Amino acid sequence: MPTIDLETETGRKEALRRMLTIRQFDTTAGERFADGEIPGFVHLYIGEEAVGVGACSALEDDDYITSTHRGHGHCIAKGLDPKPMMAELYGKREGYCNGKGGSMHIADVDAGMLGANGIVGAGPPLGTGAALTIDRKGEDRVALSFLGDGAVAQGQVHSAANLAATWDLPVIFLVENNHYGEGTPVEEQHNVENLSATAGAYNVPGITVDGMDITAVNEAVTEARERARAGDGPTFIEAETYRFHGHFEGDEELYREDDEVERWEARDPIETFAQRLIDRGELTNEEYEALQSEVETTIEEALEYAQSAEEPAPEEAYDDMFAAEVPEITEFARRVRADGGDPDGGER
Amino acid sequence: MASAGLEAEATETMTVREAIRETLREEMARDEDVFLMGEDIATMGGVLDVTGDLHEQFGKDRVRDTPIGESGFMGAATGAAATGSRPVVEIMFSDFLGVAMEQVMNQMAKMRYMFGGKTEMPVTVRTTEGGGMGAASQHSGTVHSWIAHFPGLMAVAPGTPAAAKGLLKSAIRSDDPVFFFENKMIYEQSGEVPVDEDFTIPLGEAHVEREGSDVTVIATQRLVGESLSVADELEGDTDVEVIDLRSLYPLDTDTIVESLEKTGRLVVADESPLSYGTHAEVVARAVENAFYSLDAPIQRVGVPDTHMPFSPSLEREVLPDGAEVRDAIERIV
Repeated sequence: MPTIDLETETGRKEALRRMLTIRQFDTTAGERFADGEIPGFVHLYIGEEAVGVGACSALEDDDYITSTHRGHGHCIAKGLDPKPMMAELYGKREGYCNGKGGSMHIADVDAGMLGANGIVGAGPPLGTGAALTIDRKGEDRVALSFLGDGAVAQGQVHSAANLAATWDLPVIFLVENNHYGEGTPVEEQHNVENLSATAGAYNVPGITVDGMDITAVNEAVTEARERARAGDGPTFIEAETYRFHGHFEGDEELYREDDEVERWEARDPIETFAQRLIDRGELTNEEYEALQSEVETTIEEALEYAQSAEEPAPEEAYDDMFAAEVPEITEFARRVRADGGDPDGGER
Repeated sequence: MASAGLEAEATETMTVREAIRETLREEMARDEDVFLMGEDIATMGGVLDVTGDLHEQFGKDRVRDTPIGESGFMGAATGAAATGSRPVVEIMFSDFLGVAMEQVMNQMAKMRYMFGGKTEMPVTVRTTEGGGMGAASQHSGTVHSWIAHFPGLMAVAPGTPAAAKGLLKSAIRSDDPVFFFENKMIYEQSGEVPVDEDFTIPLGEAHVEREGSDVTVIATQRLVGESLSVADELEGDTDVEVIDLRSLYPLDTDTIVESLEKTGRLVVADESPLSYGTHAEVVARAVENAFYSLDAPIQRVGVPDTHMPFSPSLEREVLPDGAEVRDAIERIV
């Protein structure tokens, strides 16, 4: 059973809710980052919601995904809880990674979410590895790796795709082409018109779909998943989309014009889908407003949870390096803390 | 002294190559989740014939010939380890680790920590190091200091067949990423190896191969055997203690300190380049923890910060050997 069945009315409403949840989560994260509450930097998924939700809806609950630096949307689409997600952005102990990962490394391996990733192109080899486990153990699952248009230029993506195709591994490569690799247009980074054309190098299907249309993404991933489960190997899907915000919050966006942004915003994937449901008589304007209001409450609660969550204790910095106990870490940590900042140096 | 648990273990004579191969065989038989992947390790049996016939016994699903794409298959091993597999990767020559280092340093080494401890990373990476074959600069490197330096990775480097077996078993059974560095010049070296299928050597333990009271030689890989020969040559004149470091990270500070408290003199012999490496870390531990036991300047024997030249006469020049260990001992005793 797919996580969310877009063939049903209930499924379509749930998908809409998830897209709205992503939009609200990232809007809030952007505001709190601008206010200086969230440290580091954040990359927002606003505008790309149809890709994440369309794709993850087509997966089953125990399928794996690997994500990117722009990963909040993938997490919510995969069913992660906004509370520990937001707490992770705040660097709190209650975060998914106990505050050690932050925005770019949110993971929940038990939920099949193998991590956002700060290295462009690092996800596809990991997704290929998850598919290798699935294949070897004969499990009824697949892995899906999200990657950006910029990642298609990375050697490790090619290396993994070639391996996955050669070994017919059950993995799907979903290229979110948002038309800019950081600040450089896709045309200046690649010599192919459609990034899905790279699939030809591996003799696997490559298709380009409208990434602003959740249904188109969902259908493509559903088909790719069937192919993967049938033992026929990977599929390359390019979803053409657009991020409404900059590469990171604070990006001056010197590389694009306002009218281009406006053209894409006019194709807002959430508004488009909601309108489709309204036109079909599946959703009323009142219900849509109520749904938006519910989502706002969900994210407000997540924010409050994160804001009031505990800071990790300083000594937790020395946890989680290894499964085994390593004397260096305990010893060096002890030395670091031995003087407690005492200028006389304590017991060193 | 002898009691039930302390009887001499049954051993058999085997080479380092055989010890590694048999260990892989035993661990694959023991645990279905263990599988091998690397370039030409199945049909060809490995370019230095380490995996040999394993594919005949376990099939090509468990002894996997990969495409020549280290970044992809190192990443796949990392993803597989995060999802319940226990892959053993072979990197044909350690120099090729450069191609795979993104996945090693940013994924394999960091995932557990970045995820707040919520994943394990039971992957073993075997690779061959060292000069002596006329293989030139891109097939002769000794790179274990990079790995030992990088937080989140464990690194071991056996100097004997027994250490090869015990360390490789511990590596494969570990839930952490462990790099297993094989010096290519000692594959044919023979020694006694315990036959026990559960014979393991804890990661992080050095071993005193020969006791002595005048000087401590801490050696790795090929230089363990060469240092033992030097110790024999000097017998009656200088009493040399030889320690196989075995584990580069974690590093056995206690064994280093105990030995120095006895001898007061230290030679560190390792085929890494001399600057910023394995020697330096051993010396730092010695100075931090046994400063007042030291009676003479510490000596380092290694490669003098060059790459490995091709011409055998040049290669002999830069490669550390027993004669250099002997010179180092004689400078301080």
